[in-house]
Amino acid sequence: MILRRPFFWLIALTIAVFAAAPRGADVELRESLLLAAVYITLASNLNLMLGYAGYVNFGSIVFFGLGGYFCVYFMGTLGWGLVPAALVAGVAVSAAALVFGWGILRLRGVHFALATIGVNEGVMAFVTNFQPWGGSTGIYLSPELFQPLGGPRQALWIIYYLLVGIMGISLYLSYFVKRSKFGLGLLSIGQNEDAAAVLGVPTPRYKALAYSASAFLPAIAGGLYFFKGAFIQPADAFDLTLSTEAIVITMLGGQGTIVGPALGAYLYEELRGWLLTSETFANFQLVVAGVLLLLIVQFAPDGLMGFFYRRWPRLRRLLE
Amino acid sequence: MLGLAASLVDGVLVGAVYGLAAMGITFIWGVMDVVNLTHGAMIVAGMFGVYLLIAATGVPAYAALAPILVAGFLAGVALYWIAIHRMIGRPPLMSLLSTFSVNLVLIGLGTALWGTVLFNVQVSLPGFRIGRYTFPGTHIMAAVLTAVIAAGLYLFLYRTRAGKAVRAVAANREAAELVGIPTTRILALSCGLGVALAAVSGALIATMFPFTVLSGDAYQLKSFVVTVLGGMGNPTGALVAGVALGLLEGLVTPFMPVSWILVIEFVLFVVVLIAFPGGLLSVGRRRVGAR
Repeated sequence: MILRRPFFWLIALTIAVFAAAPRGADVELRESLLLAAVYITLASNLNLMLGYAGYVNFGSIVFFGLGGYFCVYFMGTLGWGLVPAALVAGVAVSAAALVFGWGILRLRGVHFALATIGVNEGVMAFVTNFQPWGGSTGIYLSPELFQPLGGPRQALWIIYYLLVGIMGISLYLSYFVKRSKFGLGLLSIGQNEDAAAVLGVPTPRYKALAYSASAFLPAIAGGLYFFKGAFIQPADAFDLTLSTEAIVITMLGGQGTIVGPALGAYLYEELRGWLLTSETFANFQLVVAGVLLLLIVQFAPDGLMGFFYRRWPRLRRLLE
Repeated sequence: MLGLAASLVDGVLVGAVYGLAAMGITFIWGVMDVVNLTHGAMIVAGMFGVYLLIAATGVPAYAALAPILVAGFLAGVALYWIAIHRMIGRPPLMSLLSTFSVNLVLIGLGTALWGTVLFNVQVSLPGFRIGRYTFPGTHIMAAVLTAVIAAGLYLFLYRTRAGKAVRAVAANREAAELVGIPTTRILALSCGLGVALAAVSGALIATMFPFTVLSGDAYQLKSFVVTVLGGMGNPTGALVAGVALGLLEGLVTPFMPVSWILVIEFVLFVVVLIAFPGGLLSVGRRRVGAR
């Protein structure tokens, strides 16, 4: 019974802390936690590909950005409410990812990774030229769209709680996938794809499904995030930095674990806050992220969780 | 009609430089089975190299190519020892992430130093005029220099001991090690050559088009397209495929806005990857130096 497992409740506790921590006027803490929730959502979903199946998805930000575009378009032009717009955006992006994943599912290893790099460039170039979505200038949302949610101030809180919810679902998704037959198949692909295929794992289908599944929640998060800013443009939506940060976070915490991406996201958000306030480092965020990633890949490919597991092997029983 | 012909000829000239850039990536790929994701950043480094050298010393743009070639080689050797050496023989995931992180550092440094504004290298070279159309002198010069460099690479691979060693390592690393070839040194040398090609092609591109710190991504994508068209690890194929891509750009340019080109190239990239995983121009699996 999954409810008996302490880890199930540990996730619930994390969500509760996120939901309860910022109170009333503490907007600064809320914004910081909101960003952490977005990071955790992106990193946990990236982890489905990177950590479980061993496939780098360099273009994971496409899901976030496209979700944002769909949601903003549905709300601004078609006049939908926030929740249906975000949900349909998630479904649309997930379906697009499935179709695309179906196309590139025959590719393996490096070739798959290259295709995902191209996705970001290709989609960004497409959106920049796509006039219904405002081309390179993007789309502005009217502030009146905040009215149904009780004005801008209350709307920001609602968006925060929704994003925390998305974060929670992401963590549970990682957990359930890992404990399922599907997850076992993905992990075996990560270990040895040929052996997995010989043993009857439908590797192309699983990869495409994992790719599609890892698109759904980031797309919804993107919709909420860009609705919050009431503005979306290609340079923000497909920002290489966020895609990169998701990879750094996953590797920092420990690929293939569930606690890892969350832990990595929290630490990275702390580090980022410190870097942004420091005069010298404000411009060098990418450089710091790059050096960090290089060190992890070269010397500690298992990340922090790998270190903890080696140090305290009993943790394996408690954490996932 | 003449306009289209002129556009095609210009496409071939520019495409040759794409081919040169792609040779850089396909060379490293073929020899050590590593996809060099710093490729785009190294192209940009070449662009800024030519810009800064001209700004600092006032030498003509083409005189700056030699120091850029040397600096690119050294950067490539450094890249090998920093990011690739420990990744040889490990899953491709790791070498991808490793070179990707170096790419981040370079792009991060570039944006911190120069921002993302457009830069321009002024080269005054008389064009070649046919009727109403003028082919820019820089494009002709770039294509000629590409041919020279490609010929040099060919001579190196087939006429020198070190070049033969590179081909041996590409064909079978263990066997090369057994017959006494210092494989690690050869790998570092190959990485240096690949990056030098990327940097020098960047310098040539800078003489033709304006650029920013972030231009590397677009040219890296072009290099990937060329690489999959020409077959991974096949330098000759890369040059031919580069010209083919240039032809395609020349064909498309008169009919649609330039900004759509990247979308078309990406679609082409995915289609070719799926339909011809071995490359359009190679039958079976050809590697660096395989005849």
